[in-house]
Amino acid sequence: MNEKLRQILAAHGKLAVDVAKIADGDDLYAAGLTSFATVQLMLAIEDGFDIEIPDRMLNRRTFASIEALQACVAELVRNREAA
Amino acid sequence: MCNACNTFLDKLIDRGLLIETGVDGLYGRSGAFEDVIARFDALITRFGGGDGAEIIRFPPGMNRALFEKSGYLKSFPNLAGTIHAFSGNDAAHARLVERLAAGDDWTEDQRLTDVVLAPAACYPLYPVIAKRGPLPEGGRLVDLNSYCFRHEPSKDPARMQMFRMREYVRIGTPEQVTEFRALWLERAEQLIGKLALPYHLDVANDPFFGRAGRLLANNQRDQRLKFELLVPIESEEKPTACLSFNYHQDHFGTLWGIRTAADETAHTACVGFGMERVALALFKHHGLDVEAWPATVREALWG
Repeated sequence: MNEKLRQILAAHGKLAVDVAKIADGDDLYAAGLTSFATVQLMLAIEDGFDIEIPDRMLNRRTFASIEALQACVAELVRNREAA
Repeated sequence: MCNACNTFLDKLIDRGLLIETGVDGLYGRSGAFEDVIARFDALITRFGGGDGAEIIRFPPGMNRALFEKSGYLKSFPNLAGTIHAFSGNDAAHARLVERLAAGDDWTEDQRLTDVVLAPAACYPLYPVIAKRGPLPEGGRLVDLNSYCFRHEPSKDPARMQMFRMREYVRIGTPEQVTEFRALWLERAEQLIGKLALPYHLDVANDPFFGRAGRLLANNQRDQRLKFELLVPIESEEKPTACLSFNYHQDHFGTLWGIRTAADETAHTACVGFGMERVALALFKHHGLDVEAWPATVREALWG
C-alpha cells in the first residue's frame, strides 16, 4: 500500500521534491502539496484503492503525510472488505 | 400600496429601490439606491484612498482564455457565466427565428465567444500584473470595481446574480500581503461601525463545488485564508457576507508567474466589498427612507 500511495503521490501530487526522498512522516504541504493537487490526489487514491473518502476525512490532516494517508486508506479498505 | 409585501425584497421593490426584471437576482436600481452605493464607495476611498493604490477599472466581461487558465471552472463550474453568440449562416438564422416563434430551443448555432462574465473584480487583474514583469520593491496595490456575475438565482435580494464588487488587491511578499489583510480587518470594523450595522467577523470558505469542493473548503478554513464580515440581512441565523478578506497565498502568483522584486513567487490578498449587500444592510437596519437614517450614519455617508 505504501508503494502504491507513493506512486499515486508521484503522479498527482505535483510536489517540489522527489517522492522517494520523502519519509513517511514528512509534511507533504512543506514538500509543495497544494490544495488543488490535494483534490487530484484524492480522486486518484479513490480510484486506485476503490474507496470513497468520506466527508469526515476531507481535510488537511488526512493528506498531511504519507503516514496519515496510509492510515486513512487502510481504514477505508478494511471497512470495504468487512462490508 | 402593495398588499402582499411580506419579504424584504417585496418591500424594496414596492418602494422602487429595486426594479424587477422578471429574473431572480437581476434588478434595476433606483437613484436613491445608487446614491447609497456611490456614498459607500466614497467612504471606502476615505479609508483606503491614502494608500496610493493604482486605480484600474475592467468591464464586467473578461478574456475567456484567461478565465479558463484561472482555475475558476475547477472550483465553481456552477456559478460561471459564459457568453455565447450566434455563429450560423442565413439558413441557420431562419431556423433560429422559426424556433424562437414556436417556443422551441433556438440555441443550436450559439457558440462560445471570447468573453466570459467576470466572477469577481480581481480575476482579470492577475495576468495583467504578471505581464508587467517583476513587482517593484514595495509590491503592488490595486483598486478595482466591477459588476460581477454568479449564476445563483435567489429570492434573497442579498444574493444577486449581477452585483458590484469593489476590491483592493495587494500583490507582494507574504509579509506585505498578510499585513495588508490585517490592516483591512481592522479598518473594516471602523468602517462598518460608522454605518451602525450589527456585524461579526468569522472564518469562512468559498462555495467550492462538489466533494472535491468540501476538501478545498475545509482546507481554506483550516488555514484561516478567508474571513468575512457578516451582517444579518435576510436572516439572523444566516447573516450575509458584506466584506471578505482573502489570502490566496501563492495560488495566483504561481498560476500567473508573478514574481517579487527578489524573484520569489508573489503572494496575493484582497479585500472585497459587496456594494449592493452593504446598501441592502443599510436599508434593512435603518429603514427604506434614507432621510430617516440615524444622523451619524448620514454624516458618515453624506458628510
